[in-house]
Amino acid sequence: MEALTALVVGLLVAASVYLMLARNFMRFLFGLILLSNAANLVIFASGRMTKGAPALVPYGADTPAGVVGNALPQALVLTAIVIGFGLLAFTLALAFETYRRLRTMDTDKMRVAEPKDADEDMK
Amino acid sequence: MNSIIFTAGARILVALLFVFSLFMLLRGHHLPGGGFIGGLLGAVAFIVYSLACGPAEAKSALRVSPEGIAIVGLGIALVAGLVSFLFGDPFFTGQWYWVGGDSYETSLFSLNTVLVFDIGVYLVVLGSILSLAYAFEEET
Amino acid sequence: MAEPSDPNAPWVTPAGMITVALTATLFLFFLQYLPVVPRDGAVQWVWDWIPSLQVRLSFWLDGLSLMFALLITGIGTLVMLYAARYLAGHPQYNRFALYLFSFMLSMLGLVLADNLIALFVFWELTTFTSYLLIGFSHTDPKSRRNALQALLLTAAGGLALLAGFILIGVTQGTFELSQLNAAGSMAEQPYYLGILILVLLGAFTKSAQVPFHFWLPNAMAAPTPVSAYLHSATMVKGGVYLLARMHPSLSGSDVWIYTLTIFGGVTAVFASFMALRQTDLKQTLAYTTLMALGTLVMFLAGSSGYAITAAMTFLLVHSLYKAGLFLVIGIVDHETGTRDANLLGGLARAMPITALAAGLSGLAMAGLPPFLGFIAKELSYAGALTMAISWFVVIMGMAAFALMFAVALIVAWKPFFGPQGDLPRKPHEGPWAMVLGPAMLSVIGLLAGLLPGVTAYYLVEPAVAAVMGAPDVGGRLKLWAGFNLPLVLSLLTFALGFVLYLVHARLRAMLAAMEARAIDMDAGWDVLLDRFMAVAKGQTRVIQTGVLRHYMFVTFAVFALTVLGTLVLRPAAAPALNFAGTGFVEWGIAALIVAGTMVVVLTSSRIAALVGLGVVGIGVALIFIAYSAPDVAITQILVELLVVVLLAVALLKMPHLDRTGKQSHRPFDAGLAVLVGGVTTWVLLRVTNTPFDRRLTDFFEASSWTEAFGRNIVNVILVDFRTLDTFGEIAVVIVAALGAFALLKGGAKRPPEDAPEPAPETAREER
Repeated sequence: MEALTALVVGLLVAASVYLMLARNFMRFLFGLILLSNAANLVIFASGRMTKGAPALVPYGADTPAGVVGNALPQALVLTAIVIGFGLLAFTLALAFETYRRLRTMDTDKMRVAEPKDADEDMK
Repeated sequence: MNSIIFTAGARILVALLFVFSLFMLLRGHHLPGGGFIGGLLGAVAFIVYSLACGPAEAKSALRVSPEGIAIVGLGIALVAGLVSFLFGDPFFTGQWYWVGGDSYETSLFSLNTVLVFDIGVYLVVLGSILSLAYAFEEET
Repeated sequence: MAEPSDPNAPWVTPAGMITVALTATLFLFFLQYLPVVPRDGAVQWVWDWIPSLQVRLSFWLDGLSLMFALLITGIGTLVMLYAARYLAGHPQYNRFALYLFSFMLSMLGLVLADNLIALFVFWELTTFTSYLLIGFSHTDPKSRRNALQALLLTAAGGLALLAGFILIGVTQGTFELSQLNAAGSMAEQPYYLGILILVLLGAFTKSAQVPFHFWLPNAMAAPTPVSAYLHSATMVKGGVYLLARMHPSLSGSDVWIYTLTIFGGVTAVFASFMALRQTDLKQTLAYTTLMALGTLVMFLAGSSGYAITAAMTFLLVHSLYKAGLFLVIGIVDHETGTRDANLLGGLARAMPITALAAGLSGLAMAGLPPFLGFIAKELSYAGALTMAISWFVVIMGMAAFALMFAVALIVAWKPFFGPQGDLPRKPHEGPWAMVLGPAMLSVIGLLAGLLPGVTAYYLVEPAVAAVMGAPDVGGRLKLWAGFNLPLVLSLLTFALGFVLYLVHARLRAMLAAMEARAIDMDAGWDVLLDRFMAVAKGQTRVIQTGVLRHYMFVTFAVFALTVLGTLVLRPAAAPALNFAGTGFVEWGIAALIVAGTMVVVLTSSRIAALVGLGVVGIGVALIFIAYSAPDVAITQILVELLVVVLLAVALLKMPHLDRTGKQSHRPFDAGLAVLVGGVTTWVLLRVTNTPFDRRLTDFFEASSWTEAFGRNIVNVILVDFRTLDTFGEIAVVIVAALGAFALLKGGAKRPPEDAPEPAPETAREER
């Protein structure tokens, strides 16, 4: 399954890069969501994938029975998902507020911080 | 979403979801669940409620501000870590107290900082996501 | 520029008195070691700081450190008391007291630190705090500019110093000064030259040696108490301290001897002439400080007991009289409203105690008997005769001492005992809090000269022993050392100095004319900074286009190319695409994700994109379910739900994705996208093809129940094994949530000010 996951991740990354290079900020946001999904899958697959054996210690035993899924990447991915959501929400708020102020979603026109005539301002 | 059925159903659904979220929190140490999942479920419960009845009513049903919940949660998590200093252990070492015995097998139940920390996580996730969701609903 | 000070304002403020009391306590603390150090040797305090990097917070109190510590806290106490009165009623006095106190502590740390890294940290702390002090009059652009100049120059030197320290640590295997010095000279070892050059760069910039001298006179923009403190016992002596401290390990080579002699000598003489040229008494004193620093550096070039004793004695004398004189000038400025040497005169009658203090300090500076300054000068000549290129040292020394004699008369004699001047204000004696400092310092200077044996035993000899790395033959400090060559040279110096004083007015005019034609380092500095800014601006214009897409493109391209390069340069067996065990369900999930992704990329509809994202999220969750990660799967599904809800709420208030309903195609971007995706796939295949290291996993599986009493290993890792990580992560969640909350709520309250008038729906566009 790792090989198939690698292919899927490649597609997700390619799609997110393409979207993040778009001028429309909403597309950028979609790219960000896909990218965080891809990153989670990379971490998950790097710890190897085990089918149908959750990392639980059965009642009455001291260690898991047989080979179980690798718990460490799962723990990392679990927090990464929640943090990714926080990041997404923040970016979305940023996008919304930007649109409310500038009335545009075109990132080429969002130049409040680095205006085109910056040279005159830098004096 | 002014459907009467949805509004009426939502109240029951919310209560169920919320209790379920606490259940997921508490069983997390031994079975799938835990603070993150519990917190997310709790947040979903209140978001459903606010979709049904509007953010204002959902907020008043919560009684305290979601940001406050999140901050308190972070504080609880921190305290759970600080407790280990009292016992001379490194920061965030889990501390266990067996009620009615001296080990897992002999005791009735345990008091431990690990669960306290997980409760902190629950509150942080719940509070953060609710404050986000309400802000989006009110401002957009 | 006297700082605003209201004579009637209360000056006994909590901030002032607390800092004075704390500094005085520190002084007393160090004073108790005065009998201990000469008898029992150095005292050491150690705390482990970063054990893994060998960085220890270790303090080392030997003769040299003790002398500096006493000067820093002693003069510090007097200066802080003085400053409380001098700046009475200043609106920012509390801030000033804080700066001055922090500076004092940093300086103290610098002279006590035994670990080179700790020393560097304190070194930079003195740079920062002195920056705040020099720029204290922050409304004055000149003051700001001079403070920045001092900061940039000394911090640049500090960076060189850090590099030198690291080289020392790497080559010698220790960062502890006490061990380095005990090991003896490194002159024969590899990298010595590099180390020496880097350390000297740090020391020379800090102690303002030519050609880095120009920041020091400019630093006079600070209020007078600051100048008194920075330029007597502290800041600028940092470089001298470092050279003295590292003398046992770095000295002894020809490079050391010639570099220090030449730079020190040139600085001393150059500064003496510049001192004579000034009319502002504060500037005059600033240049004499430079002269003293040059002299000290010059004598540290030597390794004989005479040279080092001369340096240490002169260091002590100079700190005492220079602080005293600066404070006197401050009083004069405060009471008469001017610091112009041409205007001042005949103040002795109006301010007798100040005049006395000035006179005593001046005599010490001039090097007349029975002051310690005389002994220092005698020793200097004796030391000079023992050094390499002694003729150069003697000539430079004599020129500097003679000029200093003349300057002492200009600064300490003429304003008080010279002919009556034309003053802007009728002079009064200064308030006691201000007079106390100079008076005490000058009396201590006199006593130190009258009791040379005591001074030598408690202060100078332990310091000399520390610098030389071995106890030296004592008893050199004598007022009458017999009729010998140094005495002749001293007498010659007095004669020369007196002549210079008599002709100083004419000399000053000549020097001014010369200065006008000389290269102005200070102006050169401004040009240098301007060039820097121009380069920065130019490269900013090229690199920072201000367009998000360009930044993203460069970021992704760099990522793809560096990773690709690594993959190609470190070849491994080509990873095989192994689909064994990949069944119908897995292919189905993959197809679902692919379909969802394609919809998001290709659609022009917001709703379709949203659905596509949801499908991808569910597909990923299905992978987690199928591959034994129930916790992750539940989290993924819940988060996916929330994402869709939030996006749906926000997205509908925002414009359509494309203006025409048909998005443009970007083949160039698509190429990069395919490259990045391909690289990622390749990396993941290579990773999963390597043998898996199960050590961590085994540990968690074995200890989850037995040690942490949890059966859900994922949860145990989250809340027990790696709690600190989780704590950091929930903190990030809160920060993100509150950030978004503030954006949405804050934005609503504040209507956009400079945003252009919203043009109706022009925003629906896409190239």
